Amino acid sequence: MTNHWVDLRNTDCALIIGSNAAENHPMSFKWLTEAREKRGAKIISVDPRFTRTSARADIYAPMRSGTDVAFIGGLINYVIQNNLYFHDYVVNYTNAAYIIDDGYEFKDGLFSGYDPEQRMYDQKTWAYKTDPADPDKKPLKDPTLQNPRCVFQLLKKHFERYDVDTVCKITGTPKDVYLKVAETFAATGKPDKSGTICYAMGTCQHSNASQNIRAYSILQLLLGNMGIPGGGINALRGESNVQGSTDMGLLSHLLTAYLNAPTNDAAYKDLAGYIKKETPKWGFKTNTPKWIISMLKAWYGDAATKENDYCYQYLPKRDAKRNFTHIGLFEAMYEGKIKGALIFGANPVVGGPNANKEAKALENLDWMVAVDLWETETSTFWSREAGADPSKIKTEVFFLPACSSYEKQGTVSNSGRWIQFRWKAVDPLGESRSDLEILYELGKRIKEAYAGSTDPKDKPLLDMTWDYPEEEEKLLDEVQREINGYDLTTKKLLPKFADLKDDGTTSCGVWIYCGMYTEEGNKTQKRDNKDTTGIGQYPNWAFAWPVNRRIIYNRCSADLSGNPWSEAKKVIWWDPTKGDPAKGEKGKWVGLDVPDFIATVAPSDPDGSKPFIMHPDGVGGLFAKMADGPFPEHYEPWESPVQNILSSIQFDPAAKIWQSPMNEQGTPDKYPIIGTTYRVVEHWQAGAMTRNLPWLAELMPNVFVEMSEELAKEKGIQNGDLVTVESARGKVTAVACVTRRFKPFNINGKIVHEIGILWHYGYKGVAVGDPANRLTPHIGDANSNTPEYKAWLCDVFKGVK
Amino acid sequence: MRITRREFLKISSAAIATLPVLGFDLTPAMAQIGEFRIKNVKPVPTICPYCGCGCGLVVYAADGKVIATEGDPDHPINQGSTCAKGAALYQIYDNPRRMRKPLYRAPYSNHWEEKDWDWVLDRIVERIKATRDKNFITKETVKVKDEKTGVERDVEINVNRTEAIATLGGAALDNEECYLYTKLARSLGVVYVEHQARL
Repeated sequence: MTNHWVDLRNTDCALIIGSNAAENHPMSFKWLTEAREKRGAKIISVDPRFTRTSARADIYAPMRSGTDVAFIGGLINYVIQNNLYFHDYVVNYTNAAYIIDDGYEFKDGLFSGYDPEQRMYDQKTWAYKTDPADPDKKPLKDPTLQNPRCVFQLLKKHFERYDVDTVCKITGTPKDVYLKVAETFAATGKPDKSGTICYAMGTCQHSNASQNIRAYSILQLLLGNMGIPGGGINALRGESNVQGSTDMGLLSHLLTAYLNAPTNDAAYKDLAGYIKKETPKWGFKTNTPKWIISMLKAWYGDAATKENDYCYQYLPKRDAKRNFTHIGLFEAMYEGKIKGALIFGANPVVGGPNANKEAKALENLDWMVAVDLWETETSTFWSREAGADPSKIKTEVFFLPACSSYEKQGTVSNSGRWIQFRWKAVDPLGESRSDLEILYELGKRIKEAYAGSTDPKDKPLLDMTWDYPEEEEKLLDEVQREINGYDLTTKKLLPKFADLKDDGTTSCGVWIYCGMYTEEGNKTQKRDNKDTTGIGQYPNWAFAWPVNRRIIYNRCSADLSGNPWSEAKKVIWWDPTKGDPAKGEKGKWVGLDVPDFIATVAPSDPDGSKPFIMHPDGVGGLFAKMADGPFPEHYEPWESPVQNILSSIQFDPAAKIWQSPMNEQGTPDKYPIIGTTYRVVEHWQAGAMTRNLPWLAELMPNVFVEMSEELAKEKGIQNGDLVTVESARGKVTAVACVTRRFKPFNINGKIVHEIGILWHYGYKGVAVGDPANRLTPHIGDANSNTPEYKAWLCDVFKGVK
Repeated sequence: MRITRREFLKISSAAIATLPVLGFDLTPAMAQIGEFRIKNVKPVPTICPYCGCGCGLVVYAADGKVIATEGDPDHPINQGSTCAKGAALYQIYDNPRRMRKPLYRAPYSNHWEEKDWDWVLDRIVERIKATRDKNFITKETVKVKDEKTGVERDVEINVNRTEAIATLGGAALDNEECYLYTKLARSLGVVYVEHQARL
């Protein structure tokens, strides 16, 4: 989230799309309800199904799964055509005025530079135009936004095709409802209004998912909704620490704190190469050398020296040409290339896409370690219960019992980036242990196993700093300190990441977490719940990264001269009386939050009004390089019952297609119905944490599949019947829930049905059922490779097939 | 860090005040619960382990056992309320299905065997080491095209990786656990590092 949960109370309009927030993030509605009751805020729910969120919304707009870019593209068009954008914000705080290279074009669904063989773009024409005579190569701009080659005009032209009629033919939304959504959300483009976009997996789990979010960002920039109370782009995250686990870099393409992991591309040959490739010429990311060197110092301690590139060569470099993300990982496992797996609290046999294939892939492992509180479908994939033949499965399986969150202590980061401490209430149950202790023990024993080795490949393990105290509380404390970082000269904890150095004199495991644990104490433990800001920032409750900032991009809340655009939406402002003249300061940014800006850079300074300091050009990117285009474009999902009416390009041209066994593509003649998946409040993710709890199992005992009355009639299905849902990958049995919550869509004159099924279930636990992910495909988003769980084709039959 | 007696009394009385609408009086029962919790048991604050809202919950434990759990009234996000999952926090602990011992499944076996911690950890390390040692790529030669001349040349690069080991999971772990996980995996040379954030 750019903002945070309590801040939802400050909004004037919440557009909830790709999320059933009322069901899956109930506290969002505590604050949205307050916004409505106290301030008359409007709530819009856009969803293929009438959800609990829709039931509490002012407007419900049905939308066919996989058509977000069309839906939001239409809103972008509406805002531009009706001059409802926040003009001064757009001109100054986005790249709207920048002129684009003459070579850039968009034609029939494709941007310039497309290579159909590689399914990739050469992005060199997606660039700002510069004056050849200018040695600094500064981008050319037209602040009047009239130049036909400026971003604003290109954006306008691109989305002109997304007129309301075309959009509604794609999404299946009734036109009158669509117009009501457009009018209501576009009203937040005024300086004294804010609108928030809340999304979740309904947005992310598509083959063009990143462009869905890009479309939201464009809309929010046009309306001036970034960086203000009640605004922002708010990803409602589904696990208590999925924010933190991402911050810690547990992804193949990242190190900690969003530093890119190096690849075998020659540019990453040495530390200087890494720094050259990863460090832009302008903006806060010019500090990249400090962050990577301080991380290496935290990992490899005294062994990391200037002479040896701070042990940069220890970092593994994946093959730049291959895919190491979740789908790629399971494809490699299926081919027998992966021999062993460590699985901490994950259950891909239920939660992975194409679950039949992922379960089969596990059989090719020589060994697997499962760490969990419960026996899961993944840890028992080899059993008869799983439908497997144990006598044919070679895998050596280890199950390590983990204790629960309140049988240990540690921190978790919520969606709003608040790093909160959890205290220990009771000792671990039985012989279970904390994951921290398990990982510490593994690391310690691995180092022992390699002790004395002279093989250079073992140096990273020998030099890895792991001399932590064994006692639980001290172990945790030391790891937290290492994450925060030290001044290695004074051995003191660092107060903030601005103090990091690139000369090896500071260490910091995760630079964005720097400041969470300083010489003043452990700030994640702060529990002062007085709101000193009046807008619900709670600055003394826990610690929010970065630097306890609660609303990021908050420089956008003030105008070019540093005054709030409006009293109602103020966050920070420039105070010329607050500077220290002795230091040559002209003033200071002050207000209701930690400024997302250099606090003493005046609005009149050369870079004083470039609010997006993490971007190399300092402004919000209406036009931005993505794998599949600088602007979002609508393509149909990998499996779709209809043709793309916007262009001849049916499917995202840069999404990777896996042509592999057990991953058949279904066609609409055989599988005419759109399938999607979702969750209920009583269960959580792959289910082990809730299906094993008798109270929750009793509340929601069965897998059900929701379908419209019209489809049920066609198929001869009654409410409560057992039915079979089948896709090209597999089939599952579920209880039919025949409901008016689903309605058939009219897609460009064709009636299209959509059904939705819960994905929490498996065969272990108190509440059991078939995993819905047996139906979903191995196809991922063009940029992130997140699987397309939310739109695929299927058919449904009465009875168990 | 601790919830005061006064704050809990405030919560209890607020709950009681809403009860008459039920048509019967639960005051004595509620008073008893309130008294019991306040007098004898220290509530320990925690954060809900389920979704990303980050709601505060409190756990009451005595004599090494969990007695009750409920929403943390002092927490700014949920202010004492919970959803169905947060309300069920208690059963994560009081649950016969929780795993209490390390288990081992031998190749081609159809059952688990109980093992002690030392045995499983040592055996896992043995497997990690053998797999890593047998499947390690130290260097690779990659082609680089000179931007000006277009001439390709070979560049040797240290890649220091094993593609034979994968690590999964992390979103249910604490930050400190994820940190040790990522540091250990990278130092082993693991490049198949993935978790729920991708999904």
